[in-house]
Amino acid sequence: MIMRQWIKSGAPWIWLNAAAVAILILLVGGLVSMLVARGFAHFWPTPVDRYVYDDRSNERMTLMGQVRDRETISLARLQESGAAIESDANEIERILLKIGNRDLEDQDFRWILTPNIRQQTRPLSAVVVERAEWGVFIGYVRGLRRDGQLLQSSDVWEEFQAGIEQTAGLRANIREIERDQVGKINHRMEQLRLQERRLLLDEVSATEPFSEIELERNALEAEYLKYEARLASLYEQSQKDTVILETAEGEQVQLSMADVVKAWRPNDMSFSHKVMHFFGAFWAFVSEEPREANTEGGIFPAIFGTVLMVFIMTVVVFPFGVIAGIYLREYAKQGLLTRTIRIAVSNLAGVPSIVYGVFGLGFFIYAVGGTIDELFYEEALPMPTFGTGGLFWASLTLALLTLPVVIISTEEGLSRIPSSLRQGSLALGATRWETLWRTVLPVASPGIMTGLILAVARAAGEVAPLMLVGVVKLAPSLPVDGQFPFLHLERKFMHLGFHIYDVGFQSPNVEAARPLVYATAMLLVLVTLLLNAAAIRLRNRLRERYKGLET
Amino acid sequence: MNQERELPLHTSAAADTAADDNAQIELQVESQQESEQDVVAVTVRDLNLHYGKVQALRDINLDIPEKQVTAFIGPSGCGKSTLLRCFNRLNDLIPNCVIQGEITVNGRNVHDASVDVAELRRSVGMVFQKPNPFPKSIFENVAYGLRIQGIKRKQQLDRAVESALKGAALWEEVKDRLNESALGLSGGQQQRLVIARAIAVQPKVILLDEPCSALDPISTLKVEELINELKAQFTIIIVTHNMQQAARVSDKTAFMYLGEMVEYDNTDQVFTNPRNKRTEDYITGRYG
Repeated sequence: MIMRQWIKSGAPWIWLNAAAVAILILLVGGLVSMLVARGFAHFWPTPVDRYVYDDRSNERMTLMGQVRDRETISLARLQESGAAIESDANEIERILLKIGNRDLEDQDFRWILTPNIRQQTRPLSAVVVERAEWGVFIGYVRGLRRDGQLLQSSDVWEEFQAGIEQTAGLRANIREIERDQVGKINHRMEQLRLQERRLLLDEVSATEPFSEIELERNALEAEYLKYEARLASLYEQSQKDTVILETAEGEQVQLSMADVVKAWRPNDMSFSHKVMHFFGAFWAFVSEEPREANTEGGIFPAIFGTVLMVFIMTVVVFPFGVIAGIYLREYAKQGLLTRTIRIAVSNLAGVPSIVYGVFGLGFFIYAVGGTIDELFYEEALPMPTFGTGGLFWASLTLALLTLPVVIISTEEGLSRIPSSLRQGSLALGATRWETLWRTVLPVASPGIMTGLILAVARAAGEVAPLMLVGVVKLAPSLPVDGQFPFLHLERKFMHLGFHIYDVGFQSPNVEAARPLVYATAMLLVLVTLLLNAAAIRLRNRLRERYKGLET
Repeated sequence: MNQERELPLHTSAAADTAADDNAQIELQVESQQESEQDVVAVTVRDLNLHYGKVQALRDINLDIPEKQVTAFIGPSGCGKSTLLRCFNRLNDLIPNCVIQGEITVNGRNVHDASVDVAELRRSVGMVFQKPNPFPKSIFENVAYGLRIQGIKRKQQLDRAVESALKGAALWEEVKDRLNESALGLSGGQQQRLVIARAIAVQPKVILLDEPCSALDPISTLKVEELINELKAQFTIIIVTHNMQQAARVSDKTAFMYLGEMVEYDNTDQVFTNPRNKRTEDYITGRYG
């Protein structure tokens, strides 16, 4: 009886609803906190431990590394795999150590069993050196050399840090010359080559244009040689200093200062120091280019590519979708044909995204791009210009993918406008166009913006079709630079979503790349969120203006 | 397509006066027939209207006098709003609505090919059942029709908005907040704002489609007072459910039933001495 009353009162229904919401919140919270925890952990200076350890063949060794993971595993399983271990416990804890020194050791990550640890210390002088190649080095700094001479100094660490800053300046200098000056020369050289090709294709018989090109080319070559000499001297300068490092086992190695990106002593850092290091590392991740097959360095080009692509897509899809939606709702005769089109548009929204990628490849790239190349870039053939994947085609493909969402929400926005508003305007002698433009569209704009928000959210996270139409794992240059016409729509670009896939699954060093996957995923979420927040802000402003109307 | 709209306001007013003269000449003939001295603003001849297969209006014949208030009464669905919407061709918006017969407003057949619908609607203003101000400022609401006509000069707009708001007896209440949203006004104020919006474009005829049905009694009273003032300048046609209202504000009353014009006469006559049995039954509250 009581049970029946309880059911009749509707309380279980309320509980069910509340439970659904609670689970949802848990899931979202879990997702975000996992990404944040794992992603941010990558930037935190984890302490370095030194272990005296007996390995499975009972050989004693010294290891240094950062604890990456811990897990318990059953003794039987370990013994089965042939580990020399004796213990009374059934469960054994093992630790995943990041040892680094990829160039010296056979494994840079290593599981060690806690019962076999003979001694564990945390030496203050332990150092982590981020290198331009071979990942990090973990060990000690023993001295500095300049021009082969051992540097006498009371504080080697201080000298080392100063040296790093100095070479960082040199490196920035080199980079600037390579990218800007030499880049400009290369760009011009390529243009000249194409000009010459063009002349040959047009069968120009006069020699004057050819000699002009030759003249400019020689001038450019001379300039290039000048820069080359400067670069050589800068390189030499940066190679002068070396640092002497020592591994946990006591092996000494020399490392050119030019290869040192950054060095820190995690065991000898105060909390505020660690926080500073954390933000520095995070900023480097966001603002720098990737190194070593994307397993080190930053992801700036991927962030840039993602945002730019979404932006271009918005510019294309917004007017196109809104105009189509207006026609369907306001002008088209509402009949069988319009209904069919509407159903087709809705179904288009459900087509798997990879299909759009295939379409983009077949239509945009091969058909349209190929034709453009034949008509306007004949001199560059057989190297395709627009006849290959690129930023523009990727943006167009995504615009096509998100078009249904924009059309549908535009139509819905328009259909929600009370007819009294239209009639009021018409009754004052406004034409349909004036009514639409002055009254209906402004009032429908929040609804239309909702469609755009959905489109942006979908486009920012889409990966599959992009792999066919222009995303690459490593783009040599950003799609925006200082060379005319500044925005290079034909260039290939990097994308956060694809970067996650590439780093996580195509990387030569899966363990090293794992935290990067989380960090990149976190940034993808962040970028999507920011793009969305911008659109939502805009919509709320519009909504505020017309709020009295929504009934 | 729409040359006259580019003309400044006074020129189009002059054009309207010319049209009036025509109407007067034409209507002198009619007034002889009707034995009334009123100048006729709107005539309806043999009007039949179908929504698809449903006939909504049957053989309507009507002469509506200028600068007087004419009320359409009748039970729901009798076609009074439909008839009203014929005068500014708002029924054009409804697909498969077929109209036969002749409607003349200010001497011009509204269905004539030479008639520009937008211009017709400018000379025949309309106020709807529910206040429908645009989500714009009070000023922009009143200036809407003028801006549509291409008037951009601030001074001219200011003057026109002020006189329209005064004409709608709203000026004193809103003069200090012309730039605030019209949606912040009360229902009664909104309805008067909509009336101001309609008279700002200086129409000849104003159609009121149950203008007070969404208002409280005090607002209703104000709108009724306003109607009394406005009839000095405009021909007013009002559709109402409220028979007392029709009795209070109108000079002439038309009773409609099931798409037919049952009785049309001076208001006093209709209410005190109806000629038709159905009119009497409706007025005395036997149905409706």
